[in-house]
Amino acid sequence: MKVAVVTFPGSNCDYDLYKAVQQVGGDPTFVWHRERGLEGYDAVMLPGGFSYGDYLRGGAIARLSPVMEDVVAYARSGRPVLGVCNGFQILCEAGLLPGALVRNDSLKFRSFPVRLRVERTDTLFTEGYEEGQILRIPIAHGEGNYEADEATLRRLEDEGRIVFRYVDASGEATDEANPNGSWHNIAGIVNEDGNVLGMMPHPERAVEELLGSTDGLALFQAMARALSPATP
Amino acid sequence: MSAPDSTHAVPVAPRPGDPDITAELVDEHGLSPKEYERIQRIMGREPTFTELGVFSAMWSEHCGYKNSKRLLSTLPTKAPWVIQGPGENAGVIDIGDGYALAFKIESHNHPSAVEPYQGAATGVGGILRDIFTMGARPIAVLDSLRFGDLDSGRVRYLFSGVVEGIGDYGNCVGIPNIGGEVQFDRGYEGNPIVNAMCLGLMKKEELITAVAEGAGRPLMAVGARTGRDGIHGATFASEELSEDSDESSRPQVQVGDPFTEKLLLEASLELIASGAISAIQDMGAAGITSSASEMAGRGGSGVDLEMADVPVREPGMTPYEILLSESQERMLVVAEEGREDEVHRILEKWELEAAVIGQVTDHGRFRILENGEVVADIPALPLTEGCPTYERPGEESEEVRGLREMDLSEHLIPRGDLVKSFLLVLGSPNVASKRWIHDQYDTTVRTSTVVPPGGDAGVVRIRGTRRAVAATTDCNGRYVYLEPGTGARAAVAEAARNLVCTGALPTAITNNLNFGNPLKPHIYHQFRESILGMKEACQVFETPVTGGNVSFYNETDGRAIYPTPVIGMVGVVEDVDHITPQGFQEPDHRIVLLGENTAELGGSEYLYVTADLVAGPPPRVDLLAERDLQRAVLSMVHKGLLASAHDCSEGGLACCLAESALKGVEGGLGISVRLEDALPPVAVLFGEAQGRIVVSCAPDDERAVLEVAESHGVPARSIGTVRDADHRFSVTLPDATLEVPLARLSETYEGALPALMDSPTPSSD
Repeated sequence: MKVAVVTFPGSNCDYDLYKAVQQVGGDPTFVWHRERGLEGYDAVMLPGGFSYGDYLRGGAIARLSPVMEDVVAYARSGRPVLGVCNGFQILCEAGLLPGALVRNDSLKFRSFPVRLRVERTDTLFTEGYEEGQILRIPIAHGEGNYEADEATLRRLEDEGRIVFRYVDASGEATDEANPNGSWHNIAGIVNEDGNVLGMMPHPERAVEELLGSTDGLALFQAMARALSPATP
Repeated sequence: MSAPDSTHAVPVAPRPGDPDITAELVDEHGLSPKEYERIQRIMGREPTFTELGVFSAMWSEHCGYKNSKRLLSTLPTKAPWVIQGPGENAGVIDIGDGYALAFKIESHNHPSAVEPYQGAATGVGGILRDIFTMGARPIAVLDSLRFGDLDSGRVRYLFSGVVEGIGDYGNCVGIPNIGGEVQFDRGYEGNPIVNAMCLGLMKKEELITAVAEGAGRPLMAVGARTGRDGIHGATFASEELSEDSDESSRPQVQVGDPFTEKLLLEASLELIASGAISAIQDMGAAGITSSASEMAGRGGSGVDLEMADVPVREPGMTPYEILLSESQERMLVVAEEGREDEVHRILEKWELEAAVIGQVTDHGRFRILENGEVVADIPALPLTEGCPTYERPGEESEEVRGLREMDLSEHLIPRGDLVKSFLLVLGSPNVASKRWIHDQYDTTVRTSTVVPPGGDAGVVRIRGTRRAVAATTDCNGRYVYLEPGTGARAAVAEAARNLVCTGALPTAITNNLNFGNPLKPHIYHQFRESILGMKEACQVFETPVTGGNVSFYNETDGRAIYPTPVIGMVGVVEDVDHITPQGFQEPDHRIVLLGENTAELGGSEYLYVTADLVAGPPPRVDLLAERDLQRAVLSMVHKGLLASAHDCSEGGLACCLAESALKGVEGGLGISVRLEDALPPVAVLFGEAQGRIVVSCAPDDERAVLEVAESHGVPARSIGTVRDADHRFSVTLPDATLEVPLARLSETYEGALPALMDSPTPSSD
């Protein structure tokens, strides 16, 4: 699995994604935001961070980077794109995913492990999970409050495009379990074709027992299985 | 640039518009008449206004260490593993497997008192730059904070602003926060303490130092432009605050831009790796003046700087302003001759500016030009090294002696219900959970944090090795206030204890010495005794001091803070398997107390919350016993005997047990503990006797744990058993019992800070 990890000047989770891809046997390459051309990659990942300082709004300026034109074309051709945290914000700003991520309802940066319920297991990204499985994965963001208009939310629900939801220990999507005020406790969504996933929690930070959780590993493993050339 | 030839001083004419040098002007620059005479002797003439500004910055306490240098020079600084001791941007130690660790702590107390968000944010920015200018990539930050009591609205404003500032800056740059400490006490009411510490990792051969050598090499300003912010920040930091410091001092506070910092970090590391530069230094306190003159001073060389070539934010800035600006996110770089284009290319990639602003010379002078005209010309070495140093008279204040000698026996009698007192101490913001703070910090970015904030020390693994590094900051200002020498020894001992509890061998120290005005005898006494105590402890623990920071004049309207010599200590974990958690791990595990309970109650949190008192002698520190205890624990860790280890400190044994119980697996475990001490229950439960660690182990390992303790001469005894989550927290003494449901304990411990901060009681001011 050849993966382009797109780096913006203020990306700071690029290295973490890179290591996670390596860990599952993938072959990651950093692609600088001013470079062009994503041909030859099996997947594209947009890491977390503060792409341009994000004083205006997360991802608002990053979407204007030269590489984003290629990311959009890449995604529209049906190939897999994963955006984590700031990467999710950029995907929304670029119109690859609906809705927007606004300031947390607490008005504070929130950083701690949360529980996620896996809502769909038939995507390229999640087929390694059980439906309803509860994952423990860290969040770290100031703008992760997912917002969309009623019609969009209804479509996301009806089409089963909500992939991860914030839940409590018993698996209920309660207000208390919602760390940022996201509508419908949304933590991650896919586009209509299911090839673009945006999520606020950091699966790349949950791939080693030593660091507290391996619940993110199955996501990268599933991608590697689907995207690596079959061994003869 | 046209540099006039000069091997010796040329006459320098005042610039048009410069004020006359009067006694008042000298005084406003924080220089004494004697110091000014010395400047005249060095110059062989009257200095110009620009030159006076340069001297004032370099001879401020902040840059010149004039009241601290002599005592600081007595601290141990050497060990086989020390690669770089004091005098550089940061200390550096060898941590094995070819890696070196750069680390340093720095204060931003004064700016944070005036503008908490920017003050704290730029504090983090400054310490990060100190680390990456050594060639190291920052891998963790910690912060040591002190505030007044949270019932004041102003204190809550300062506290939340500081936490947000630290968080926003570190989060944006992407450096995990792994710990630190905070204390709330009226002793810090007007003067918060904001100390930020950073650790950076590099391969040993990547080390670069800030030495300007090689005449003809170009000097380049890199990063943000120079503006009018922070002018004379270094001198400002060397004065007391007063009631009206708020408004008048705001222009001396810098504004931070973490995004530019992140670009600067990447660009600097790329510059160093490219070999296109030979030295790099942050333009921190005293800006271009200190970075250029210190680099020249270390290299025994000189510099010529052309002010017209410095990229500025606004036109019309005078040399005085450019030289003394403390605009953030700027670097001074010595490039290799002929490789300036390479420097430009790397900076362009990171969307940053670079400009050649001068060159290294061999004339030994710090020479400033404006459109080719010399406007300042100062011998470099006397400027950086010639700052007069003082030893001041010191004498303990009567007030403190009175407090220390106060009879505390009436307080050893319980005040009503012990459970009530227990919850009061556990729910004090000084003891209670600091999650309210840590939840605002990114603690897991860079995916190497093994022990996040809230443990005895933060621990970060080193990728590609079995190793990890641990770091902690510690100091109980109350102890230091009541008896400075003992308090400083306790700070070093506690830091070392915290490290061994996580499984690390204490290795080296960076210190941040926060004190009042050293010209006052009782303050200088505190300072001197603290340094002597620190020295003694560092020798016993073999933890040399590799650098640090002095922050004097932490006073508001004449009232000084508690003397607070913060110890930032780092340790090395040889194998990640040694990393030991703070919380209990399994029901039926045995709980063992290492060290001895005493009847001491002085300086305790119990006295503060139950009697509103900071008094009595602070707990005694037996350094040799501490060393034995720490060796014993490390030996247990290496033998794989321990399930958990937790240092016993503020709040005493009761709170130590409560923390290990609450941080037990899956949201907490009950305990039943029996303490047979023939001592007053209040002292056993809440006294802060030093040299104690609570460990837990599997029942089969209990004997081995006790044997290791005995072989090190450490008192040890089994005091109880870990229970399941449904069991209560239960501690039995000969004449008293503490029985509390875990849920109630958790509510008190976790709920205290949010209750104070998120639904604040009406402000008292």
